[in-house]
Amino acid sequence: MTARTLYDKIWDAHLAHEAEDGTCLLYIDRHLVHEVTSPQAFEGLRMTGRTVRAPDKTIAVPDHNVPTTWDREKGIDNEESRIQVEALDKNAKDFGIHYYPVNDIRQGIVHIVGPEQGWTLPGMTVVCGDSHTATHGAFGALAHGIGTSEVEHVLATQTLIQKKSKNMRVEITGQLRPGVTAKDITLSVIGKTGTAGGTGYVIEYCGEAIRSLSMEGRMTVCNMAIEGGARAGLIAPDETTFEYVQGRPHAPKGAQWEAALAWWKTLHSDDDAQWDKVVTIRGEDIAPVVTWGTSPEDVLPITDVVPDPASFEGGKVEAAKRSLDYMGLTPGTKLADVEIDTVFIGSCTNGRIEDLRAAAEIVKGKKIKDGLRAMVVPGSGLVRLQAEEEGLADIFKDAGFEWRLAGCSMCLAMNPDQLSPGERCAATSNRNFEGRQGRGGRTHLMSPAMAAAAAVTGRLTDVREMM
Amino acid sequence: MEKFETLTGIAAPLPLINVDTDMIIPKQFLKTIKRSGLGVNLFDEMRYADDGSEIPEFVLNRPQYREAQILVAGDNFGCGSSREHAPWALLDFGIRCVIAPSYADIFYNNCFKNGILPIVLPQEQVDVLMKDAEKGANARMTIDLDAQTVTSSDGEVFSFDVDPFRKHCLMNGLDDIGLTMEKSASIDAFEAKAQSERPWV
Ligand code: SF4
Repeated sequence: MTARTLYDKIWDAHLAHEAEDGTCLLYIDRHLVHEVTSPQAFEGLRMTGRTVRAPDKTIAVPDHNVPTTWDREKGIDNEESRIQVEALDKNAKDFGIHYYPVNDIRQGIVHIVGPEQGWTLPGMTVVCGDSHTATHGAFGALAHGIGTSEVEHVLATQTLIQKKSKNMRVEITGQLRPGVTAKDITLSVIGKTGTAGGTGYVIEYCGEAIRSLSMEGRMTVCNMAIEGGARAGLIAPDETTFEYVQGRPHAPKGAQWEAALAWWKTLHSDDDAQWDKVVTIRGEDIAPVVTWGTSPEDVLPITDVVPDPASFEGGKVEAAKRSLDYMGLTPGTKLADVEIDTVFIGSCTNGRIEDLRAAAEIVKGKKIKDGLRAMVVPGSGLVRLQAEEEGLADIFKDAGFEWRLAGCSMCLAMNPDQLSPGERCAATSNRNFEGRQGRGGRTHLMSPAMAAAAAVTGRLTDVREMM
Repeated sequence: MEKFETLTGIAAPLPLINVDTDMIIPKQFLKTIKRSGLGVNLFDEMRYADDGSEIPEFVLNRPQYREAQILVAGDNFGCGSSREHAPWALLDFGIRCVIAPSYADIFYNNCFKNGILPIVLPQEQVDVLMKDAEKGANARMTIDLDAQTVTSSDGEVFSFDVDPFRKHCLMNGLDDIGLTMEKSASIDAFEAKAQSERPWV
């Protein structure tokens, strides 16, 4: 048999039909659903008298609209948000799909809940009406976002009409230096390849530095594959993966576990597999980074200065000018001198237990800068509980952080957690677009440890100075 | 998706060029959880005054056009945002067919996905049909998709082109989902095989 990549193998194992014109039907093993992109899809099923083909493979959880304040049991004030969540409640019930309602301790951001509950397993196809579905690629699952019409298509048929992408390999060699994390890897890759660098590709991340990452770190890396334009990101499963998966509520058990494990161990790219594109970065060369602009590709080491738009080429010159204008930054300013108003730790990129541990380690025994607003929003109710048990919540609260309930929160500001115009935020989320965290809000993306350091000093800070 | 074979109905004249999807359904109605129910806000800003009352002169508010199923319009219909809410709103109002000299690409595709037939005819022929539509409720046009013809209330016949695959889908009421469901035997077979090979999924 010809040599295949991991993507080729998962693709082949899920090809349900191939038409003469090359259009393929890909079978979907897991369909994750949230409240914002699904109402019209369920409505479509009702209007056509269709059902959910595989309710057992369909998992729903509200996350985007939910309040993260401690009084959220009283309900959602914003009527449109409330209706969207209520619609999901009803749809989950009517169609008999797995559901984690707002007040279930297991509720959280869909991309955190899926892996946590063992829904996401190696070798699966996973889709969700959400671009950050790429997160699940950390398990060696082919995972990507889809639109509302496709959500309906998957609900009705458990398949997706697809054309195959190309194969791209991103290798991070060697080891990371102290203070450098998975977030710095993923941002640095986008900084190097650009936000369209992955367009048309499925990326497989490999190399020693990737192998050394925990599952949490791998999820952070794959989460932002979409920000690099790729259809999906993948990391081949290994002992780290199997250890994380084993014992999760929906992971296989007993003989099934053994059978699954035997197959999962074949899920890696063959040595002589062909790649359409290869990018290699030395792990030692990656520094703690921050974004300075309004695109995730606007990445620089924290030791650098705000760039001069004239240093770019083509359309990027104008884009950089516009970015700096929006961000209120002057070329030549040291990034470490940029003062911030707010710190947001959370999101499907960095809302897992390890992220909270890394941030807590920096703020332990310290106070956040006077006048700063800082919040920690755990990615799920279970992450919150664990952090409380480990004493992390107290560390944050003692330092002056708000400790919140699980949800997407200020990652996209669809609930009341928003930036005001001009407010500058150190955020662990994934998008620094204009207005993403609130109209006029200014976002700098970084790792949880870097965000924690910024909370203490009140400015963008090199975390290595505090280690 | 509802089949489209033949349609005989009232045609409403909208002699404007560059009707954009913001005009068809303004952005404040995109927060809905439904595809249906948007018909009441179709052409909202042209149709209602600030106090919410109807603007009597707007074509769809005139008694003879309230039941219109066909819209005759000017060049570049459906330009602007890609919102699928635009065909959703047209459909919810009852419009199954639009006749115009040209369309914006995305809107044109979205129509087919939602069971609406967008017909392209040369300007002169659209002009004839526009005049026909202006006659009001007595002027019923007939669309025959199989024959690919529009027949005016006077019996004048115009032929139009349509992509054969899209025609097939529309005539059989097949959306992507419907088409995929035609392959359900393949999906069943795949599912059975996958179940035995990977029973833990
Ligand atoms: S945390 Fe942010 S990026 Fe992730 S699913 Fe929620 S809104 Fe999307």
